Amino acid sequence: MNIVVLIKQVPGTDNVKMDPKTGTMIRTGKDNIINPLDENALEEALRLKRSLKNVTVTVVSMGPESAMKAIKEAIAMGADGGILLSGRAFAGSDTIATARVLSSAIRKLWPVDLILCGERATDGETGQTGAMVAAMLDIPVQTYVQKLEVGDGIITVERLVEGGFERVQVKIPALVTVVKGINQPGFPTLAGKLRAKEVQVPVWGPEDVGLVPDEIGLKGSPTRVVKIFSPKLSRDTIMYRHDNTGRAISELINFLGAREIIV
Amino acid sequence: MDVKEYRGVMVLGEQRNGTIHRVTFELLNRGRSLADKLGVELSCAILGDRVDDLGEVILRGADKVYHVCSQDLATFLPGPYTRALVQLIQEEKPEIIIAAATTTGRTVMPLVAARLGTGLTADCTYLDIDPEERILLQTRPAIGGNIMATIKTPFTRPQMATVRPRSTRPAPRDESRTGEITVKNYGDMLVSLTERFLEFMADPSQEVNIQDADIIVSGGKGLKNREGFKLVEELARVLGAGVGATRDAVELGWISYSHQIGLSGKTVSPKLYIAVGISGKVQHLAGMQTSETIVAINKDPDAQIFQVADFGIVGDAFEVVPELIDALKKLRTGA
Repeated sequence: MNIVVLIKQVPGTDNVKMDPKTGTMIRTGKDNIINPLDENALEEALRLKRSLKNVTVTVVSMGPESAMKAIKEAIAMGADGGILLSGRAFAGSDTIATARVLSSAIRKLWPVDLILCGERATDGETGQTGAMVAAMLDIPVQTYVQKLEVGDGIITVERLVEGGFERVQVKIPALVTVVKGINQPGFPTLAGKLRAKEVQVPVWGPEDVGLVPDEIGLKGSPTRVVKIFSPKLSRDTIMYRHDNTGRAISELINFLGAREIIV
Repeated sequence: MDVKEYRGVMVLGEQRNGTIHRVTFELLNRGRSLADKLGVELSCAILGDRVDDLGEVILRGADKVYHVCSQDLATFLPGPYTRALVQLIQEEKPEIIIAAATTTGRTVMPLVAARLGTGLTADCTYLDIDPEERILLQTRPAIGGNIMATIKTPFTRPQMATVRPRSTRPAPRDESRTGEITVKNYGDMLVSLTERFLEFMADPSQEVNIQDADIIVSGGKGLKNREGFKLVEELARVLGAGVGATRDAVELGWISYSHQIGLSGKTVSPKLYIAVGISGKVQHLAGMQTSETIVAINKDPDAQIFQVADFGIVGDAFEVVPELIDALKKLRTGA
């Protein structure tokens, strides 16, 4: 069984710089991490590798050269290999252009049985790319998955939805986006770290995945950022210190009444 | 793609078990104002099997309702939903399509956008029309809500966006409105050979679905332990509210992940958010700062949560919350 895990390197902190001209993120930070939900996706792939025979796990990431660190870390955690999709022409891609690059790379790795990724990334937070990749590959997708079982040519999943969960069965090949509750990600091992140093991770550019400049980057993106601005975060706060007079509580009740929240 | 061929605003309504869901009326509210600014018709697509009360969709602002009717659409499966919506868009050619940022909307919209090769902006909090360009301006929080970005889709159609549930009021009912209901039958193309819906299981730990809740009471590490967290659950019960939690509270095992609010959990914007024993890390604020009214209870006067709160009480949650519960109960009984 061939499993591809899509991972994204994201800033470990919230100090992200934006390019004021294009409105896209500048990715340079040193404290970058693997997107936390992608670690859950990786862990799920590694869980299947531990429980089934002949499972190969390949991580694929699009990003700057520094994203190699994320791929090496994934290998140190137990992935067999990885592909880095990198090149200046990829920069500024929106979710459609990114999905185009990822799906083209996956097609090159075909046959693939299962593609796993996090439900969303903590930086862009769109949660769109996974489903778009599935649409471009024309394979079934299941999103918000909190439990995954592999059967004979099918997978059965539990999707976390409003008010509960759904059980759905889909044929493979399929793409699954996972939520945090699916598992507890592991850690890199010493043996894994040593192996990660040895494993050659190819770097593919646009021509390697058969895409022309018009299909990728800003040019290949249907959306454009018009402007970025800082929202007003702080509110005018009415503050009370709790004491034995009961005033804080009665003022709160009055406040909620005046706003017609409680009657 | 000739963008001029596309005209009108369409919203993707939602039904649950054949009943129109409230989020549909919220979408109609947003859609109506966009359609009026553009001087075009507002339509509403409803995918499902038998759906009751489609007339209500007209009264709430739609000029046209397209009910794509099939037993293959009774429950949500990505394949049939995508094919139905792509077919409808190709027939009706709306210039804008808006869906709710629910698990359904957030799944089907990217699939449709990828099929049509057009742009999609997730989780918009504000939508407007640029009058000169006649184009949709889509504003959303980026990078954990610290920055807002306004995005447009200039060259392709439809322009697609999802909006957060509860980020706007439902459209008011207008008994004098009239409109047209069209049933679309797409036949066998909706049958899925690769997907099978097995069952829906309600989560008993989630009596009120938190993203649908008008009021959310949320707890953090300040509640000390699982016993302490029960205070939050009790206050929620008194208010008929949903229960939320920080990542810390979930990781300590006090409540299940489905209640987690923040960057790696759910985003909510209820009418009232009560944060108890929550310090207010940026990651948590990202999931709740668009709430209409925020009340914070924390014993640290410098806690960051107070910066986003409308009303703050500095005090020990174990004293403040029981008093608040008593006061609310008295209010209910008129005592």
